[in-house]
This record gives sequence, structure tokens and C-alpha cells, in this order.
Amino acid sequence: MPAKELSPIEVYKLLPGTNCKECGETNCMAFAAKLVNRETTIQNCPPLLNEKYKSAFDKLWALLKPPVRAVEVGVGEKKKIIGGEYVVHRHDFTYFNPTAIAVDVSDEMSDEELTARINAVKDFEYEYIGMKLRLDMIAVRSTSNDPAKFEATVRKVSESGFPLILCTLNPAVIEQGLTIVSKEKPLIYAATKDNWREMAELALMYKVPLVVSAPFDLKMLKSLARTLVEYGVEDLILDPGTMFGEGLADTLNNFTMLRISAIEKEDEFLGFPLLGLPITAWQEKYEDQVINEWNEAMLACALITRYADLIIIHGLEGWALLPLVFLRQNLYTDPRKPVSVEPGVRKFGNPTVASPMLLTTNFALTYYTVAADIESAKLDCYLLVVDTEGISVESAIAGRKMTADTAAEAIKNFKLDDYVNHKTIIIPGRAARISGEIEELSGWKVLVGPLDSSGLPKFLESSWKTKSS
Amino acid sequence: MIMAEKKKANPFDLSFLEALARFQEIEFQDVEISFEELELNFSPRLLGLAKPVPMIAGKTEVKPKPTKILETEYQIPSEDYTSQIVEVKLGATKTEGGTRSKAITIGGERAPAFFSFLEKMPNKPVIAIDVFDYPEVRLPKAVKMHVNEVIHDPAEWARLSVEKFEADMINVHLLSIDPLINNAPPKEALKTVENVLQAVDVPIAIGGCGDPKKDLEVFTEIAAATEGERLLFGSVTLDMDIEATAKIIQKYDHTVIAFTSMDVNKARELNRKLYEHLDKDRIVMDTTTAALGYGLDYAFTVMERARLAGLKGDLELNHPISSGSTNAWAAREAWLQLGPKWSPRELRGPLWETITAQTLLLAGVDYFMMMHPASVKALHDMIESLVSDSHPTQTADWITLKV
Ligand code: B12
Ligand code: SF4
Repeated sequence: MPAKELSPIEVYKLLPGTNCKECGETNCMAFAAKLVNRETTIQNCPPLLNEKYKSAFDKLWALLKPPVRAVEVGVGEKKKIIGGEYVVHRHDFTYFNPTAIAVDVSDEMSDEELTARINAVKDFEYEYIGMKLRLDMIAVRSTSNDPAKFEATVRKVSESGFPLILCTLNPAVIEQGLTIVSKEKPLIYAATKDNWREMAELALMYKVPLVVSAPFDLKMLKSLARTLVEYGVEDLILDPGTMFGEGLADTLNNFTMLRISAIEKEDEFLGFPLLGLPITAWQEKYEDQVINEWNEAMLACALITRYADLIIIHGLEGWALLPLVFLRQNLYTDPRKPVSVEPGVRKFGNPTVASPMLLTTNFALTYYTVAADIESAKLDCYLLVVDTEGISVESAIAGRKMTADTAAEAIKNFKLDDYVNHKTIIIPGRAARISGEIEELSGWKVLVGPLDSSGLPKFLESSWKTKSS
Repeated sequence: MIMAEKKKANPFDLSFLEALARFQEIEFQDVEISFEELELNFSPRLLGLAKPVPMIAGKTEVKPKPTKILETEYQIPSEDYTSQIVEVKLGATKTEGGTRSKAITIGGERAPAFFSFLEKMPNKPVIAIDVFDYPEVRLPKAVKMHVNEVIHDPAEWARLSVEKFEADMINVHLLSIDPLINNAPPKEALKTVENVLQAVDVPIAIGGCGDPKKDLEVFTEIAAATEGERLLFGSVTLDMDIEATAKIIQKYDHTVIAFTSMDVNKARELNRKLYEHLDKDRIVMDTTTAALGYGLDYAFTVMERARLAGLKGDLELNHPISSGSTNAWAAREAWLQLGPKWSPRELRGPLWETITAQTLLLAGVDYFMMMHPASVKALHDMIESLVSDSHPTQTADWITLKV
């Protein structure tokens, strides 16, 4: 059943119903609500693990499992869960496991190049609203078709700790790689109509997930998936083929159809994560590599928007990758709740009782933007973060999530008097509308700051000095 | 399977958990560990989402492994979309009462954007390039360098945008009418529009300054003087005199963008109010565009929701959608110097605009307002590939690709 249609009552009916609280919730209904929101899992209800609830357990499992299987790749801290999705459109629920991004290396790259690429993946990091945007995996391609070369490269890359994808259609080469890293649970690429049996044997023998590949042939893709499922391989990832330019329309169509088949049509052989290959944008090499980088970024972003759970890329230019990791973060935030930070008082630099007290909202984007501006200007000050349920300043004012009341309450509850002695608070320019009322309700003097927090240093230089003199 | 011999399995042994995760079905009957003990280890992190509890009694049959591919049909999923997005015609040729060399139709979809397995996109999404009547307009460096020579002349700017940057339409932003800027009179704005109409033969859109009173005054002047041109006026908002605005659009044969803030209910409300005075096929709706990293998720989802609702029979939302993708430049990451790792910003910026627009293209946008020539070209190319009938003739051999 599509996740959006599942009601807590339906789940509740299958729980033991004793309200024993062992799950940490006050009663079974509360636990049911969390289950429906996928905020907990059934094994957190200990009584349910009892033999006598076996049939209820199985029913719950079937009700709650994601229609797109969750496939694990890698081990330890860097392990990735691929897929595990419930809906086609994010507004119907939320997307769960952000598209994993793998960067390719080949087994004929020089040592320097290999090291440089591994380091580039390691060092890629961009701070965005309190999160670190990163790359996730490394795909080792065998361009040599030589098991020894492949083994050597896999060995070297595996030291990085990143989950690996072993890419070659030659089972003998894959196996050579697997002898080195099977314990690290790499993903192997790929089973095709020609080699599926050998690949299936490898997947079973080494207990690793397997990609099924049938580019631009959904009938073959489904037939292969079915065959492999019946062969006993359960952790599959589907590669329906990726192409930029003339193949783009078919590419996006296929991804979309497969996702609808898995989720809305509950097709048991297609309920697997999807692999996209933006790297194919390098097939046609332009004299100016910038074009390949650019096309690959567009292709990657289109695939992230249209249901890819894992992508393999080649380009490593920061300007091209930044939009990609931003888009992924944006689309995989939970639309049911804005990204927010804890309300309260934050300290920047070394403030004294005479330092400025600023006010902002607890929308993560707002908070981190303001914090970054304060930090880069090296200001010594306090910042009161008001709970606006994760809404930005202007929207919160317009939507009454921040009113003079809530602001005055925050001033009182967070005991601003304990931090500063001047009873003056600086509010964002976009909150100017409520300044008078805040003064009335809180007894604090309100200064209206600039519209954009980047104007704070200049504003403080003129207004704060004037004020304190 | 974990067989009976394994009954002394140590529940803290990782391989045991792995086995649980993998096999999903395990005989538990004879295992002498208590469920309390086990439960400690059923952490979802360890198990992923594989079926964790394994209380299947009885034997599972071992099926023979297939020896050949089990052929299975793939059925293209059907979806019920019961209504159509209205078609809106922008611009008019001489025979139609205007002066454009051709008119452009947007909308008309019966399926979500580029679900061409269900239906081919009936009309291609179009791109209007933003042109300003105010040379001091704050433009990002990466954009300004392309328009420096025409920045003082909206007509020349429009010509460059059509001839060199291949704009489908021109969006003339009348910033100078803003009471807080030049407070230019309606006559002056009309002059600008006439010059642009002279300079290019594509359909034209008119952008106001956002002041509800002044915009209406200026729109009225322009609408009357350009009767029959089917200009696209941007925008009518909930805080304007909706009736008066709608009436001039209807009377003088133009079209309008109904602009609301990221809320499908507000969009419905405005459309409903417009229907009282205006033909449905004169309304394009805009539910607000936020930049990648600065609310694109909201913009995307509101547009996607509006489009799906429109297709599924919500007749207050089945309008073509407009996006001011130029807003992408509001993101600091689009224009800020961020150090060598993320440089050059001359590429990062236009890509930022492209990705903002492209994402909304896939949500259902029919009409884009954009700024950077490279972004316009890239999005045009993407639209062309998405509407084309060509299929890949060979598949990419990316595994052995030498790059
Ligand atoms: C994304 C968005 C939304 C999202 C909310 C996202 C979120 N979690 O906040 C959604 C879709 C939910 C939304 C809802 C609404 N929105 Co809204 N929204 C926007 C949008 C596109 C971007 C807002 C944003 O994220 N800005 C970025 C953040 C970082 O900005 P910020 O918080 O203001 O912070 C900056 C400054 O205020 C300042 N600053 C912040 N703190 C401090 C502190 C100090 C001391 C100083 C000096 C400065 C300072 O610096 C920061 C960096 O520049 C804007 C339009 C736009 N492009 O700006 C409309 C906009 C803000 N929304 C608007 C409206 C009307 C609403 C709604 C009331 C709509 C409705 N009818 O329901 C609701 C209200 C929501 C609610 N329940 O309260 C209007 C506000 C109009 C007005 N001025 O009255 C806008 C301007 C759109 C418009 N033109 O109509 N919105
Ligand atoms: S542990 Fe299970 S039975 Fe006990 S309250 Fe929670 S859900 Fe109900």
C-alpha cells in the first residue's frame, strides 16, 4: 500500500495493544503514529517479537516496508543505504535516503591520478545550514579487463574506507576484486543478459548487492530482475540506462516509469533502487572539458529530481558539483517539517554585558546565514533564536509565526537580562513591523537592524556605538 | 538459514546479525536465546531495513535456481489524469490583431511534465529573457558582462537577447516606475514598451515594480495602447485591485501572470477572483520561485502539487506555470567568491540558474524568466532533448571509457 494511504489505526490494530510502554511511547497508539511516519521500526516494540504475534508481525512488516527496497552498500561509518523510498512525489510523504553520489576511478589510472581523485572525494565538503555536504562512494571501473590490475586498484581504493562499486561486465575480473573487498560489502556492476548467472553466483557467494543492467530495455530489465530474485539474490539495484542529449527523454521516462511501477503498481520485480549514470555525459568528449562537466551536472540533477537513488559521476570540479549536492539536500529534506535549529541564546566571539543582543528565527537557513555573517565579521555579540517553527523572518512575520508576543516571551523565558545589561535588542529589518509592540510587551528597547544580516557590521558600527555613548 | 546446530549463536556476534539481515527468514523455534537478548541487537542501523524478525516456523522450500532468463512483460504504468492544463496564447500576429511574427502557445498538458510515455508535451516550455529599463539595476557580474553594452537601452537589450541569446520572448521589467526608484510616469513606461515592440518581433511580457497601485496605473496605460498584442502582464497579486486589473487584460486582449506566495490555496483564491472578469485562457500562474539552496524545495513541491492537482481535475489550478528563475541569483552560492575549490563563479552562477530552472521544468513550469545567456541556452537544449522523438541508437560504454 502506498505509504501516504496508511493510517495509524490500521497499524494500531496489529500491535499487542497492552500499552506496556516498553517501546518508550506512552501507548500503542502513539507508537503506531510513529510507525506510520517511519520514525521508528517495528522491532522497537519488544512484545511484538514474541512467537504469538508472529502473524501480526508479518502483516506489519508487509504494511510498513518500503516499496523500493533499501539496499546497503559498504560497512562502518561510511555505509550507505540506497533506496528505501515510499513515494513518487515528495509531498506525498518524504524522500528518505538521499541519492548517493559515487565518483569513478579506473584501473589504468596512474598512481598520482588515483590518489588525487580519492583525495578529492575525501576533501569534498561544503557547509550548508549546519550540515556538511559530501560525496559518498567510489566506483572502480576496469578499463583494462585485467584481473591483476583491477585487484591492485581495488586494494588501493579500499583503503579510503568509502563504499565501493566494482564495475566490469567480466565476472572473472569482478571476482578478483571481490577477493580483496567482499567483507566491505561493495556493490557489483553488473548482471546483464549475457553474464547474469555468473554475477548472481558471485553476489550469493560473496554476499554483496548486485546491479542489474539492461540499458533502454525495460522488458529485459524486469525479466533479469525476476530471474535474479528467483535465483536468490535479494539486494538488487536497477540500471535502466542513462544518456544525455538524444537519449535523455527515454532516460527520464524509464526512471519515472520504473518508480511508478514499484510504488504505485507494487511490481515485486521492480521494487529496487535505481542507478543513474551521469558519467555517460563524458562519452562524447568536448575540446573544452567545461562542457562535459556542465552537461554531467545537468544530467545528474535531472536524475536526482527523477528518482535516481545512486549516481556515478566523473567530473570533480567544485563549481559543477556544488549545485548537485545542494539540490540533493533540498529535495530530500522532509517537507513535513522545515529544517530548524534549537531556540535559545547563542554566543559569538567574546561578548560582555555591553555587547549587542540580536534576534533571529530558528529556520536553519536563516540562523546559519546570520551566524555566518556574524562570524565572518568577527563580531562579539549574543543572538536570541526565537522559535518560529522553522520559518524564515519574512515568512514568519507574514504568517504570524513570529509575533510581538512570541518575541517578548522569548526575551523573558531565555532570561536575556542575565546576558546583557542594556535591555536593548536588535531585530531584523524584515521584522520592523513588530518593533513597537515588542517594546511595549517586553520593556526592552528595540533597534531595527538592516534587511540583510550581511549589513550587520556596518549597522553596528554606526548605531551601536551611538547607542552606548 | 541458521540451522539448529547454530543454537548457541552468540547474539552479539555480528555475522549472526548479518545473517538475519540477509536471509530474512530464519528458523527460530529451537534457538535458545531469549527475545529480550535478541532485541538488544535489532537496531535498525545494523539491519538496515531488511526484515528483522524471523519467526517463521516450518521449512521453507528450496526452489530450483532458474537456468535461463525468465521472460516477463513490462507494462507501461497507466495514470489517471482527467483534465487538461489550459492553453494560453502569448503574442499575436498581424492577422490576429498584433504585430508579432508569431504567437507562442503554452500549456495544454494532459500529463505531468515530460511523462512522454503517457503523452507527448503538446507545447514546448518557453524562455523569456529579462530586460530592465533601469541601467542601475543590480545585476550579478557574471550576467552584467554579457549585457554591458546595451544596459542603457532596453530595446537594444531586447534585440541582443533575441538575436544572440535566442530568447523566445522578452520580459521588460519596468523598474523605473517604482515610486521608490524613479517613479517614472506611465507614459514613459509605454514608450519603453513601444520601443521594445519595435526592436523585436517575439511576444513580449511586461513586468511591473511590485507596487500594487502604480503597477495597475502603468498596466492600464500600456494595455490600452497595445490592444490586441496579447502581452503577458506580470503580475496581478492578491493585494492589487484584482477586478480592475482583470478587466483591462480582458478588454484589451492581453494575458496575465497571477502571482502568489508558495501556497496552492492562495493560487486558487486569486484564480477564482480572476475568473469573474477574465477568460481562463488568459491566465498563467506563478507560485513563486526560490533559489536552489534557498527554498527551491518549497518552490518545486508547490509547483508539482499545483500541476498534479490541475491534471487530476482541480479546475482552479489547471493553468500554465511561470517561474522567475532569475531568482536563482539570490543565492549567495550563485555569485559569491568562494575560493579556488568552487571556482570560477562565472560558471557556478549560470549553472545555479540552470539547475534552479531545470528542476522546476520537471515540476511543470511552462514559462521561464531567465537572465544568463548560458543558462538560457542550456535550458533550451534540455527542453529540445526532452521533447524530441529520438531514441538512443547505441548505449554508452561508460565502463571502459577512457577519460
Ligand atoms: C521559502 C519561503 C516560504 C516557505 C517557508 C520556508 C521557511 N521554512 O521559512 C513557505 C512556503 C513555507 C512560506 C510560507 C509563507 N510565506 Co513565504 N517566502 C519564502 C521565500 C521564497 C524565501 C524566504 C527565505 O527563506 N528567505 C531566506 C532567509 C535566510 O531569509 P530571512 O529569514 O529573512 O533572513 C534574512 C534577513 O531577514 C536577515 N536577518 C535574519 N535574521 C536577522 C537578524 C538581524 C539582527 C538582522 C539585522 C538581520 C537578520 O538576514 C537574513 C539573510 O539575508 C520568500 C520570498 C523571497 N524570495 O524572499 C517568501 C516570502 C517571505 N513569504 C511570504 C509570505 C506572505 C508567506 C506566507 C504568509 C504565505 C501564506 N499566505 O501562507 C507563509 C507564512 C508561513 C508561516 N506559516 O508562517 C512573503 C512575505 C511578504 C511580506 N513581506 O509580508 C514573501 C516575501 C513572498 C512574497 N513576495 O509574497 N514561505
Ligand atoms: S511496546 Fe508495543 S505493546 Fe508496548 S506500548 Fe509500545 S507498542 Fe504497545
